[in-house]
Amino acid sequence: MAYISVDKNLPGIRSLMAFRPETARPLSDLAEVLLRDETGLSRAEREMIGMYVSYLNDCFYCQHSHGELAACYLGGNRELVDAVKKDYRSADISGKLKALLQIAAKVQKGGKMVKPEDIEEARREGATDRDIHDTVLIAAAFCLYNRYVDGLASLTPTDMSTYAARAKQVVEKGYGPHIYAAAQPIPQTENVHA
Amino acid sequence: MAYIDLKNDLPGIRGPMIYRPETGRILNELAEVLLHDEDNTLSRAERELIGTYVSSENDCFFCQNVHGAMAQHYFNSDMDFIDGIKKDFRSAPISPKLKALLAIAGSVQQGGKKVTPDQIDTARKLGATDREIHDTVLIAAAFCMFNRYVDGLNTWAPQDRQIYVDRAPMRAAEGYSQEGLKK
Repeated sequence: MAYISVDKNLPGIRSLMAFRPETARPLSDLAEVLLRDETGLSRAEREMIGMYVSYLNDCFYCQHSHGELAACYLGGNRELVDAVKKDYRSADISGKLKALLQIAAKVQKGGKMVKPEDIEEARREGATDRDIHDTVLIAAAFCLYNRYVDGLASLTPTDMSTYAARAKQVVEKGYGPHIYAAAQPIPQTENVHA
Repeated sequence: MAYIDLKNDLPGIRGPMIYRPETGRILNELAEVLLHDEDNTLSRAERELIGTYVSSENDCFFCQNVHGAMAQHYFNSDMDFIDGIKKDFRSAPISPKLKALLAIAGSVQQGGKKVTPDQIDTARKLGATDREIHDTVLIAAAFCMFNRYVDGLNTWAPQDRQIYVDRAPMRAAEGYSQEGLKK
């Protein structure tokens, strides 16, 4: 049970956003810009970076929420999401995304862990300044979101089909107050990614 | 020197905020509502101190000096008072409630799951409300982002700590905004 009195029908960060709409707005605006912008990095790549940092921070709610989002943008390819978590270096992703995941993993440990060699490697693989900027800020933002979700012990759903349903909702409508103000999506019985 | 060409020479977080105003504007809004908004039962001094402490634990020179100077301004204290809290808040002359909130912030800095029910109970017994506990956790979490953004891009920071102290009254008067970054 969450450490503070939040709506028990809302999971994870949604319950915290409903508790404090004044902070929910910049938090969801930030997710919208960082994860839905398609300049340089695709939505799938951006969600993958968020998923991976959440995995390293051991945040169940965030890693599965953003893992499902990445899978949605990849046409239902959950196997690739799992392969990245297991060992992104051997996963079937671009050299550029591997280099950016390495930067993200360093950011997760601490800002000063990012070294000039990490940046040079990303550049060699074709990353632009803007790609590197967004990678660092996405990774840093998930260090916020993960701590917010787990630091207040918010509800973590165990029914995995709900993660896919919420992901579909965000793919369609984006991040915003609707994720906590509107009725929560009901999981479909058939595999939505079939 | 920053790892990317920020196209400006502003120090710390101000550089990347100007480089990418789409996110800079939002990050400023978050800082404004968490640290400067008057609709809060935690004082501005207390909220800035939580940010300072987390930045110190994250070893982020720029953030701990910017926000340490803000806390120093609001507490009407000197730098030694702030440095003493960073070093050992438990023995500092601050309220037991603020100590309990700093303990929660210290756990958040290490990881969300480090916060314990006992820490929450202690804060509550000392008068902390749900909203104050919420804001403490979110301020601490937000600085885990700000600190990583500043150091992950290797931005530069003035080394003379008095510079931060001298700027604090202006920031206190004007609050946090994208427009205020270039002043």
